[in-house]
Amino acid sequence: MLFIKNTLKAHLSKQVLPVVLLVSTFTISFGVVAETPEEQGLAISKEAKNRDKGWQDNSANMRMVLRNKQGEESVREIVTKTLEVENDGDKALTIFNQPRDVKGTAFLSFSHPVGPDDQWLYLPALKRVKRISSSNKSGPFMGTEFSFEDLSSFEVEKYTYKYIGDETLNGLDNFVVEQYPVDENSGYTRRIVWLDKDEYRIQKTDFYDRKNSLLKTLTFQDYQQYLSKYWRANKAEMINHQTGKSTTLEWTNYAFKTGLQDADFNRNALKRAK
Amino acid sequence: MLNCSKRLWASSLIFCLTYAETGYTAELEISGKIGVEGRYFVNEPLLQSQLDQTQASLVIEPELYWQSDDGSKSFTFKPFYRKDSQDTARSHGDIRELSYVYASDNGWEMRTGIRKEFWGVTEFQHLVDVINQTDTVEDFDGEDKLGQLMINYSGVYDWGILDVFVLPNFRERTFPGVDGRLRAPIIIDEDNVSYESSKEDEHIDLAIRWSHSVGNIDIGTHWFRGTNREPILHLDVGADGQTPALLQYYQQMEQVGLDAQMIAGDTLWKLETIYRNTNTENHWATQAGFEHTLYGVFDSVVDLGLLMEHSWDSRGEGDENEVTTNFQNDLYVGARLAINDAQSSELLMGIGTDLEHNASSFIFEFTRRVGNSIKVSADIRIIQSSESSDLLYGLKEDDHLQLTMDWYF
Repeated sequence: MLFIKNTLKAHLSKQVLPVVLLVSTFTISFGVVAETPEEQGLAISKEAKNRDKGWQDNSANMRMVLRNKQGEESVREIVTKTLEVENDGDKALTIFNQPRDVKGTAFLSFSHPVGPDDQWLYLPALKRVKRISSSNKSGPFMGTEFSFEDLSSFEVEKYTYKYIGDETLNGLDNFVVEQYPVDENSGYTRRIVWLDKDEYRIQKTDFYDRKNSLLKTLTFQDYQQYLSKYWRANKAEMINHQTGKSTTLEWTNYAFKTGLQDADFNRNALKRAK
Repeated sequence: MLNCSKRLWASSLIFCLTYAETGYTAELEISGKIGVEGRYFVNEPLLQSQLDQTQASLVIEPELYWQSDDGSKSFTFKPFYRKDSQDTARSHGDIRELSYVYASDNGWEMRTGIRKEFWGVTEFQHLVDVINQTDTVEDFDGEDKLGQLMINYSGVYDWGILDVFVLPNFRERTFPGVDGRLRAPIIIDEDNVSYESSKEDEHIDLAIRWSHSVGNIDIGTHWFRGTNREPILHLDVGADGQTPALLQYYQQMEQVGLDAQMIAGDTLWKLETIYRNTNTENHWATQAGFEHTLYGVFDSVVDLGLLMEHSWDSRGEGDENEVTTNFQNDLYVGARLAINDAQSSELLMGIGTDLEHNASSFIFEFTRRVGNSIKVSADIRIIQSSESSDLLYGLKEDDHLQLTMDWYF
């Protein structure tokens, strides 16, 4: 309910009729008095998560292009399979196809909203399954500008929040929310997230490092709706402001409710993945 | 060796024909690697017959893979061949994999054919890993394995994963030839091999393994009964009736073992232990240690992993007459530096030292990707030993630098 009032307020501020605006703002503001920016931020984030619930499972191909300052490129190709788990974090299987020397390497992750995730890595040359520490949140994923935490599933409990205002971006009205990671292993002091008011899709995220200086910016483009409900971007770009490096992501073959089950996310499935 | 390969090829052919019958028409995926390797030995060889200071070789390992649309059936063929410039025994081929896997909807799998199965958690010794034979001629670190013919049922249950193995064909260990470095001073005869079992290399071995993940612990136990992958080497004469040679004798064994890894914060604790029973002796052996990772050291994205392991064997150290094990009371320390750059540069260093007598080894490995599909690596191995009963003694002149370049396709 808190959140609906916010939306209303936001929408109304666009109204041109001064009288209506005046009256409405007064009423709404009255209702909002008890609501701190922290509560507003939490409400927006909860709504974003709620709108993306119920997809059951999905799979997609992801192509990552790494660029350094000199413009030299390096390519990663992976397949992701994700299973939505009720009352817990998602289960995810990531299979590498490029670069070729790591082809068949697979990563299994059971994420949890609170406490460490369970993670395993399968090395096909040795046929070995290795347990991986999930406290490595801030480390780069495959040499890209994405860290492990950037790619893990969004869970409301992972952050505390503060709503800091509205801003127009990509021609859309956005909520701007600051997120403060709960996990002390996070590489960030905060993230600032722009979510459009119509569909609660992340348009942009700024990442601030442990010294609280701007480290990276992630932008999403080309959102597409699946099953008339779930929005997924076709492209994203992460720019590291401190090193000048960047990584672009492109998703293809997005599929939802493909029938993946719990049995597709265990150590045997990890070994079978190709 | 030749006999063995012939038999393997024959069974492979039958296998291929069997599955060709089923008439799947899905497309085949081809990948693999082609590589060159050069070794430079710092010292002159211990024996005159051994190759001098440089050794070069070529390796090819393609992989054919097919999977049905629903992913429930898959087929893999992975042959391997190395051509060595000096050591004729190291010019060798193998079928690393030729298998068909059926995965049911109910969480069980049937894996048939030639495969590799790895068990274990530790880095410096692989005690519980008993399914595949070691391809010692490929490299002396024991990490390379020969393909093993098997029927493997694997079922996923609430109480863990249950694996049952039937292993109908035994592979003899490979060893460097007369020309080769990194071998025992006395040549190991590959033609005159004997077995405890009257079925020789056709003894059907059996294994059962249960493994499970509970919270932050991965645990596994196994039982194995069959041909011991480690031969007993006894001194005799070679085929010419006069040159001394070590003859291989493969005993039957029964083994139970346990392996566990536990992740606690940034530390991974590892344990492997076995109890092995043969006609001539029973023994216990353990390999245990940890790997602690410091993420983002020096205010960078570089990860530094620190490793330490200890090995213990109830047989203790042998003497000149009875060489037992190289791992009776040894300490290993190592460091792994992951640069986390686009080229996946990685550096690994390790020192192993025998706590009871003077023997130690040092390894250094550096790997890095060049472009999108070439991987280069540089390895330095230094071996020091002054005790002739130590298995490393024969390798004490074999310090070397190894450069490898692999092209992946």
